[in-house]
Amino acid sequence: SRASSAVLARDNYPLYIRSSPTENELKFHYMVHTSLDVVDEKISAMGKALVDQRELYLGLLYPTEDHKIKYGYVTNSKVKFVMVVDSSNTALRDNEIRSMFRKLHSSYTDVMCNPFYNPGDRIQSRRAFDSMVTSMMVQVC
Amino acid sequence: MADAALFEFLHTEMVAELWAHHSDPGPGGQKMSLCVLEGMGFRVGQALGERLPQETLAFREELDILKFLCKDLWVAVFQKQMDSLRTNHQGTYVLQDNSFPLLIRMASGLQYLEEAPKFLAFTCGLLRGALSTLGIKSLVTASVASLPT
Repeated sequence: SRASSAVLARDNYPLYIRSSPTENELKFHYMVHTSLDVVDEKISAMGKALVDQRELYLGLLYPTEDHKIKYGYVTNSKVKFVMVVDSSNTALRDNEIRSMFRKLHSSYTDVMCNPFYNPGDRIQSRRAFDSMVTSMMVQVC
Repeated sequence: MADAALFEFLHTEMVAELWAHHSDPGPGGQKMSLCVLEGMGFRVGQALGERLPQETLAFREELDILKFLCKDLWVAVFQKQMDSLRTNHQGTYVLQDNSFPLLIRMASGLQYLEEAPKFLAFTCGLLRGALSTLGIKSLVTASVASLPT
């Protein structure tokens, strides 16, 4: 499984970063960081858009380098999800990526509703969130 | 409307519980209890602010968020929409509910008016929490002209 996901708070600090074991974790952190500029651009474009582009799914973020494709998604609470997959995984279609983001979104919402979770903290839910991400990354392989 | 009653009863008990064991029945203690209620509402609002808009498209501007509060949030919690929304377009909004479900059980008119703030604190927090999740820092206050008939 060669995919990585990150969840970023409204203020752009990481709530959750998970790269697959074969990946260079530092490189992934860097990719997420550079993706943020693109995500922020898209968010502000959404605010000014004359066209009715109000989707939460942001699609492809920026041209691939190193055979890595980055996808973005932002919730109404301005929490951002970034996913990076290997470009060799050509079988992945747009709606599969969308459904992965929806799963991430749904699990994140569950974390928010967990009374033991303090909003703004790092996500440390092992059973619910972590295992959802694991099963998602396995699917991508 | 069994669902609505569950929350109403729970809310009534929350208020009663906070006032039952008052170690400090003076204004200081009162304020503390109101803060506690407001804080509870805040955390619930934070979660609702994340869950309720989950399937909707992105909010484009502040007014969209206020409309969301008046429609989606209010319907989810109180099974009705807000009756009116007014604004001075400079950051102040007035949301009016003419038959607020948490007060409607009490006698109408002015009889229990001074008890009303206890029953508004949680809801103020709820709104503040939802706004906070959606990126708006706010101050939410409530006032009652007279209890709903």
